[in-house]
Amino acid sequence: MRHDRKETFGTIAVLLHWTIALLFLGQFALGLSMTKVKGMALQFELIQWHKSFGFLILGLAVLRLGWHLGAGRPRPSPALSPVERASAAIVQALLLAATVAVPLAGWALASTSTLGIPTLAFKLVLIPHLPLVPSEQAEAFWRQMHGFLAWATILLAAAHAGAALRHHLLLRDDVLARMLPILSPRRLAGRQTTTESDDA
Amino acid sequence: MRDLFRVRPAAAIWPVLASLAAWAPPASADALSEAAGRYRIDKTSSIRFSVDQAGGGGIRGSFGAYSGAFRIDGQDIAKSSVTITLYPKSVHANEARMENFLRSDAVFDVANHPEITFRSTAVKRIGEDAARIDGVLTARGKARKAQFDATLRRLSGGSISFHVTGSIYRSPYGMDVGTPIYSNVVQFDMVLNGTRR
Repeated sequence: MRHDRKETFGTIAVLLHWTIALLFLGQFALGLSMTKVKGMALQFELIQWHKSFGFLILGLAVLRLGWHLGAGRPRPSPALSPVERASAAIVQALLLAATVAVPLAGWALASTSTLGIPTLAFKLVLIPHLPLVPSEQAEAFWRQMHGFLAWATILLAAAHAGAALRHHLLLRDDVLARMLPILSPRRLAGRQTTTESDDA
Repeated sequence: MRDLFRVRPAAAIWPVLASLAAWAPPASADALSEAAGRYRIDKTSSIRFSVDQAGGGGIRGSFGAYSGAFRIDGQDIAKSSVTITLYPKSVHANEARMENFLRSDAVFDVANHPEITFRSTAVKRIGEDAARIDGVLTARGKARKAQFDATLRRLSGGSISFHVTGSIYRSPYGMDVGTPIYSNVVQFDMVLNGTRR
């Protein structure tokens, strides 16, 4: 089952990557806007949705981390220089860690809030608080930490995406296509399956 | 805001009646006749409420400002009545954030609906010193039937005290924010002290 020991990322890795990426972007936008809406009821609801999606991301990120460790990564693209490989690997490792760390910091925030609002993910699953002592100080600390990590992650993701786009649009290599198979692969060798369009 | 004790002379009733009725079998109407009269709900009363939350615990709060009156009918407890008005701006909770949330348009909407009122429509004795009070509770401009149980705590001279409890669904009043994390049921736990007028 070690499909990922190939030229491209496997289906599971690709799905997890893009699902988490989209969820994270949505969460970032929601996190920024939810505290600025006027209505308190809407604000409350949006925060609960933010918590729900945060736990979804946390679950997927843990799954992805396990998959990453178990299935491994494809061979580095030959298009990359050693420096590029090293910097890409560092950014990717940080992003993997961030997808776990940002939700964890949010969990800590919810857990230390003196409001003690329970988390009922998607109105279905009661998530217990982390064993932290609620206090104004702890809540303020984790609010800052959660925000800081989220912004840091967005910046990392921007660098990550920028690099991928540079490879795809300027350097015209297969770096992005390895994670986004819908882009027509430039090297058939990298494909796990062959389609008619490839033959065309 | 200083007219908190604007008493409503109309038939306003309290849980009081029930207890009185208990002592007032036809043979001895003494207690009832002793308690009969009009009372003003005084500020030594306490109006507390709680809303359970998922996983245990919940929100606890109280109202600091209220006014009201009740009349105990010495002849027929069922003719007794009570009215009470709460001023939700005076809500107290664990912390200011919660109080502001409760005052906001998410819950009480005190800017547009500064009063919550209850007016009894029927009083029925349900025990030795207990009564059930049916009435209409109006909040956020919506009037719905509500029911409270009152138990006599104390009766002495010009004062009388009742313990009053009741469970009110908040969704009919457009206050269902937070469900199902927070219960739809608000549990009231009140001590209403009346001073004879």
